[in-house]
Amino acid sequence: MATRIDRRMAKLRNEGRPALVTYFMGGDPDYATSLSIMKALPGAGSDVIELGMPFSDPMADGPAIQAAGLRALKGGQTLVKTLKMASDFRAGDDETPIVLMGYYNPIYIYGVDRFLKDAIASGIDGLIVVDLPPEMDEELCIPALKAGINFIRLATPTTDDKRLPKVLQNTSGFVYYVSMTGITGSALADTGKVATAVQRIKGHTNLPVCVGFGVKTAEQARVIGANADGVVVGTAIVNAVANVLGPKGEKTADPAEAVATLVSGLAQGVRSARLAAAE
Amino acid sequence: MNKPATPNSFRTGPDEQGMFGIFGGRFVAETLMPLILDLEKNWNEVKNDPDFRAELTDLSTHYAGRPSKLYFAEGLTKHLGGAKVYFKREDLNHTGSHKINNCLGQILLAKRMGKKRIIAETGAGQHGVASATVAARFGFPCVVYMGATDVARQSPNVFRMKLLGAEVRPVTAGHGTLKDAMNEALRDWVTNVEDTYYLIGTAAGPHPYPELVRDFQSVIGTEARAQILEQEGRLPDTIIAAVGGGSNAIGMFHPFLDDKDVRIIGIEAGGRGLDGIEHCASMNAGSPGVLHGNRTYLLQNADGQIMDGHSISAGLDYPGVGPEHSWLRDSGRVEYVPILDDEALEAFKLTTRVEGIIPALESAHAIAHAVKIVPAMDKDQIVIVNLSGRGDKDVHTVASMLGMEI
Repeated sequence: MATRIDRRMAKLRNEGRPALVTYFMGGDPDYATSLSIMKALPGAGSDVIELGMPFSDPMADGPAIQAAGLRALKGGQTLVKTLKMASDFRAGDDETPIVLMGYYNPIYIYGVDRFLKDAIASGIDGLIVVDLPPEMDEELCIPALKAGINFIRLATPTTDDKRLPKVLQNTSGFVYYVSMTGITGSALADTGKVATAVQRIKGHTNLPVCVGFGVKTAEQARVIGANADGVVVGTAIVNAVANVLGPKGEKTADPAEAVATLVSGLAQGVRSARLAAAE
Repeated sequence: MNKPATPNSFRTGPDEQGMFGIFGGRFVAETLMPLILDLEKNWNEVKNDPDFRAELTDLSTHYAGRPSKLYFAEGLTKHLGGAKVYFKREDLNHTGSHKINNCLGQILLAKRMGKKRIIAETGAGQHGVASATVAARFGFPCVVYMGATDVARQSPNVFRMKLLGAEVRPVTAGHGTLKDAMNEALRDWVTNVEDTYYLIGTAAGPHPYPELVRDFQSVIGTEARAQILEQEGRLPDTIIAAVGGGSNAIGMFHPFLDDKDVRIIGIEAGGRGLDGIEHCASMNAGSPGVLHGNRTYLLQNADGQIMDGHSISAGLDYPGVGPEHSWLRDSGRVEYVPILDDEALEAFKLTTRVEGIIPALESAHAIAHAVKIVPAMDKDQIVIVNLSGRGDKDVHTVASMLGMEI
């Protein structure tokens, strides 16, 4: 059964360009603003949306996404509201794939079966759950695949050729290659090494390979997109929101507009990636 | 909760997946997974290696001062007028607590794995000091993550770590306590995967940490069991230990788990009472969830967000607990009960006065429970309390609780 992710990735492959995958934090700084950001993403050039589920203890995230999660929680965001946000978005857009990204505990507490049922009803297409490696597949990955939701796995520089098949085994939708060892928002790794790693992963799978962690500018998106099937941008978007919030969290400009401006630039970057590579 | 079937032995966990029933596991980011598997492989190689054991025993004896004494607390026994109270004197170890047992074991493991750098998290600072100590002894650079709140309330230990050559990095996220320090240590590890060994201080975290920390700490219970047989000719009726993450407790309990007639009681930090959120009694007032690499009882809200607890004792100020304790709780083998801040403080003062021993506030929680149950026990019964650490580090906290300035 092809999901929205599968269809979108196939379409972009035919167009001969990489996908722009955009992460933002659900509920940051509040529900209404966050929903307006989400709605602005496709028009600005986002091909796949990663909807962040805030968690109190995001152990793989850097300061920017930690702060965004805390702002969202302070603003009253919960998993129930994050699912509602997807559902509200779906009312006006039935094409753009939505991937929920976050940590396992809120899902575990919500209840896996109930979560999968509600996620499908809300128009969710895929899941990225940072703290569920293949060793814990029985928890959520297998039930999600059975329910028809893509389970997108992270592959990292520490995932060697011996381990890669295990990581890829139950992965679907796309593979998310983490460009470096570290937390979100760190400096971009050596792009040559990233290109080599993407080729290595492609040797093991036919799934699209998207690259994230450290991509902040249109130029970086262009360079990474020359070899990858997709470019993931998160911290830069979260920062674009933070930059228009005052010391007390008050809005000094429209966060949705700030994000749209950034994403338009990134979209130009990925759209010129293959042209640049062909030169 | 789902009560697991009573097993033939309570001492066989974890299984190959690192599970104690539904608890434990390996809930970590993919970046860390190969490191955890490598650690497990090395641990499996050394745990029954006579050379490794001999080196650890030698250090435990001549460097840490083991075996620690099993002391008949005559003053407290007379004061309470019931069962005989013994203290397992982990406070007499080098660095002043049980933490050195685990640190010596893990530093030898780190050395064997060819690691170049040590990171650790700390709450009260006892584990930070023990980590800095073994890092100094074996020539490793060491970074200790410590919540900013704890840095303020445990300043003597911060100074000790710095003297020992460690870098102490205050963590301001969250409430600035042990939970936040552990998040930051994990972020360091995920960034510095090549050369860094994460020296976890308690029997929690992803498999194999709960198992290996327990095994290094089980020297406490193994010694206590042999010592009481030697001194009294029989096993104790009750053993008591305080539970934060739970490493001193699991070390004390594990060798006694299959002694069916020994009652085992773990003490959680009841803080200012279990009605609100100002406590750290995750097994009495929490629910199972996933944090810091394992599934275990946690203090959390209905949305699965982790709460910041409270305890007078920085070492118990953690919203979770080691996964084996969660399993022992559900299986019914071990009872877990809360002790309030005030009760711990009274036990701290009492022990100081009638025994001439200043206990750590963590250990004072365990003593406080003995104070409650011992008077109703027969005079020929025996209770062993694990005196996990000395209280010198806590005198500032106690002084301010008593309204004094020092």
